[in-house]
Amino acid sequence: MPPTCTPRACRRERNAGMNEIVPAHNIGEYVPMIDGPEKVSGRAKYTADLVVPGMLAGRIFRSPYSHAEIISVDVSEALKVPGVKAIITGADCDKTFGVLPIARTEHPLARDRVRYRGEPVAAVAAIDDATAKEAARRIKLTVRELPSYHTAREAMAPDAIDLHERRPRNLEREVLYELGDVQAAFAAADLVREGTYNCAEVCQNQMEMHAALADYDAVRDRITVHASTQVPYYVHLMLSQILGMDMSRIRVVKPHVGGGFGCRTETLNVELIAALLARKAGGCVRIVVNREETFITHRGRPETDIRLKIGMQKDGGITGVECECIQRGGAHSGYGVVTILYAGSMLYAIYDLRNVKYIGKRVLTNTPPCGAFRGHGTVDVRFAFESLLDQMANEMGLDPMTVRRANFLKAPTFTDNDLMVNSYGLPECVDWVEKESGWQERRGKVRNGNGEAGVKKGWGFACSHYISGASKPVNWTGEPHATVKIKLDFDGSIVVLSGAADIGQGSTTILAQSVAEVLGLDLSRVRVITGDSDVVPKDNGSYSSRVTFMVGNAAIDAARNLKAVLVTAAARKLEAKPEEIECLGELYRAGAQDKGLTFSEVVTEALKDTGTITVTGNYSTIPESQGGKKYRGAAIGGTMGYSYSAQVVEVSVDDETGVVTVDKVWVAHDCGRALNRLTVEGQVQGSVWMGMGQAISEEVAYHDGLLLTGNMLDYRVPTIQDSPPIEVGIVESIDPHGPFGAKEAGEGSLAAFLPALTNAIADATGLRFNDLPVTPDRIFAALEKRARAAERKRNGGS
Amino acid sequence: MARILQLTLNGRARSDAVPDNLLLLDYLREIVGLTGTKTGCDGGECGACTVLIDDQPRLSCLTLAAASDGQRVDTIESLATDGRLSAVQRGFHEKLGAQCGYCTPGFIMASAGLLRRNPRPSKEEIRDALGSNICRCTGYVKIVEAVMHAADLHAAGVSP
Repeated sequence: MPPTCTPRACRRERNAGMNEIVPAHNIGEYVPMIDGPEKVSGRAKYTADLVVPGMLAGRIFRSPYSHAEIISVDVSEALKVPGVKAIITGADCDKTFGVLPIARTEHPLARDRVRYRGEPVAAVAAIDDATAKEAARRIKLTVRELPSYHTAREAMAPDAIDLHERRPRNLEREVLYELGDVQAAFAAADLVREGTYNCAEVCQNQMEMHAALADYDAVRDRITVHASTQVPYYVHLMLSQILGMDMSRIRVVKPHVGGGFGCRTETLNVELIAALLARKAGGCVRIVVNREETFITHRGRPETDIRLKIGMQKDGGITGVECECIQRGGAHSGYGVVTILYAGSMLYAIYDLRNVKYIGKRVLTNTPPCGAFRGHGTVDVRFAFESLLDQMANEMGLDPMTVRRANFLKAPTFTDNDLMVNSYGLPECVDWVEKESGWQERRGKVRNGNGEAGVKKGWGFACSHYISGASKPVNWTGEPHATVKIKLDFDGSIVVLSGAADIGQGSTTILAQSVAEVLGLDLSRVRVITGDSDVVPKDNGSYSSRVTFMVGNAAIDAARNLKAVLVTAAARKLEAKPEEIECLGELYRAGAQDKGLTFSEVVTEALKDTGTITVTGNYSTIPESQGGKKYRGAAIGGTMGYSYSAQVVEVSVDDETGVVTVDKVWVAHDCGRALNRLTVEGQVQGSVWMGMGQAISEEVAYHDGLLLTGNMLDYRVPTIQDSPPIEVGIVESIDPHGPFGAKEAGEGSLAAFLPALTNAIADATGLRFNDLPVTPDRIFAALEKRARAAERKRNGGS
Repeated sequence: MARILQLTLNGRARSDAVPDNLLLLDYLREIVGLTGTKTGCDGGECGACTVLIDDQPRLSCLTLAAASDGQRVDTIESLATDGRLSAVQRGFHEKLGAQCGYCTPGFIMASAGLLRRNPRPSKEEIRDALGSNICRCTGYVKIVEAVMHAADLHAAGVSP
């Protein structure tokens, strides 16, 4: 095999002629993922790939009703099926679960009431899938149906019955605050405009369907659960709560995970049901739900209605903002309170805003529960905001980029809602997309797309931002926000132990890179062990883009602590002072003339003190980053560093058919510092593209609460043929607190795509679309409507 | 009903008793234990289960195991030679064509099928060949780059 052109190989070549010793270095280079070979060879094991001899197949029986009182769940016929080992219903577990300690409203299997079509009611463990399926078919559910509400408006109607106790009018949370004086701000503005926006519900639809394998040891009363999760520690907590087992009796393992995008940032019923079944059957149960059930398990982005009003001065400066946001949250609380708070708090921290009024309503409805989808809470409001800014810029005769530039923040600063902004690369992001897309030269100059009659070209622009980890953890324990351990033993290999959940975003690679960089060692010396609660330190999980920032900083801390141990040992051996020791990765020496010690010799010396060396690294956010107290829930939105994104989208719109082709996207993302340019590019491209899916085609649709889009043909994910080139510019604002200056890269670029697209369509056609997705039929209908109006006008005039 | 299935799987002759209604996907995963081929949907929607049958990409979730009797079936596990990654595998690894990795075996097999019939595909030909595979992570940009890179490696002598 010819040598792979990895950065390592390139580096060796570069250094070969220089005849000097330099520590190995990887940060900022293109580093393929360290677990890539497993993924491309089929050796990577995902939960559904795990096999335990004698394991049972689990199957969930689901409610065919949207809203009903359960009268009985009769499993007697099902139990008669030969090969059935255990059946559980709501009667087997009276405990509730939920990600937020203030809102644990969900039972693993419905008790008393079902609240959405597809809610788990019972589950079977049997010797094989076919037997489990047959048994599930024989379960009889008797109910008294209740009125069901499939839109936020229906659920909030005065005569609607409540889905849950202590949630009057089906409001999970109502938010209202005004910082500044919005009325005065609008009065002082040169232009005030208001728009209404509707964003359809969308679903993560990650490629791996949900799966859990639970192995109960009846002799020792212990359980091991393998789960396709982003948050093994939260699963651990909820297993303890639901099973009523001490946490020390539970082990949670996260194998390879086939994507998440937020739907796995809370414990799912699948994991809990598998564990309940395994305990009842006294053995091992694997549940792999199908694609339709994965859609029903949901936790996607809620359907959102937004009313937005902005006041603007002649120079583009924003005087005030009023935003009302209503989210159809689904049948259970989930992350709902957090989602509706993000939608308001993240109006801030991108532009310099004063005078903001926010009204948020999170509504419980008889549809599958929504959750935290990539860009959690920020995306739909950002769509509305950037759309209205574009519309107002056009009306004022201002370049949309000029309007953004008139409202830039000056970092470091705190926003009116007390969010801490330290690094702010948005100006450079805007400059980059302006230059690279040829915004000034091309926009409005070329109108005929591809030379075809009836095809119109358009350019759109928008910005977005996101947090690098929520500064306050969901479960407040007083512990550091991230902990990493490093083990070093006789073999000289650096073993990094972390609970960080790699779900494909590359966190394992970032940890290896961070540790190798600090120690000046080649990546090949580093191994990363993750995802087993028996072995690795606890981690809160992969959500809110926290891992690179928080766990990365903890990894750096651990590596520095290890380096201090090694330097001390080297100093002793070399009879020098520690501060005289120069660490060159594979060589430690006391000054340039010293022959020094090899890394192995240093390790041997260091082991004399303690045997196996283990060091710990920690990281916690600072209190200033944790939001203020100006309104209830003001901590939401607080982070150590915001990422920023600017995008230009070029489209062609076919006048005849309404089909929009996204020709190209230019995106600049301020990730503080790109630790790995390859994975930063991949994350940014992936998030832009996911925004494209939401903008042009994806929609979770129901008929009377029945999911209509439970497959990948009706839930229209863009294919490779629908997908444009996405050119990525990396902006490095070097955050003072970030690991090597880094901030997040995987979420912040999603939101800007949506408005950049509709702004481009408006540029091409003169028509503004405030409802998503912008499907060809919607565009076609609008074009037809305009043509008919023009026709009428002509006829009327003749 | 069951029958004896005889086929060449990843270069080795095999015979197994299989039920008539067994899908090739389930035969590979459950009976042979080759779990590299993935189940991503409820049938024919996503391409994650793509394998090569006589060098042609096929969805193993829509193919009966019995239908591949007498044929040559290649899965993701067949591509590496002496443990070394093939050109397509290296392309996906080195250019980040794989993020979570779940759709990757399907994409790699569809790409390997493409390179076997067309060693120097254009970007357009790559997009045509991979049009029925869904990836949720990459936005496909780096997948196209991965296949272009694989074609270069193949031209330099690495097996596809």
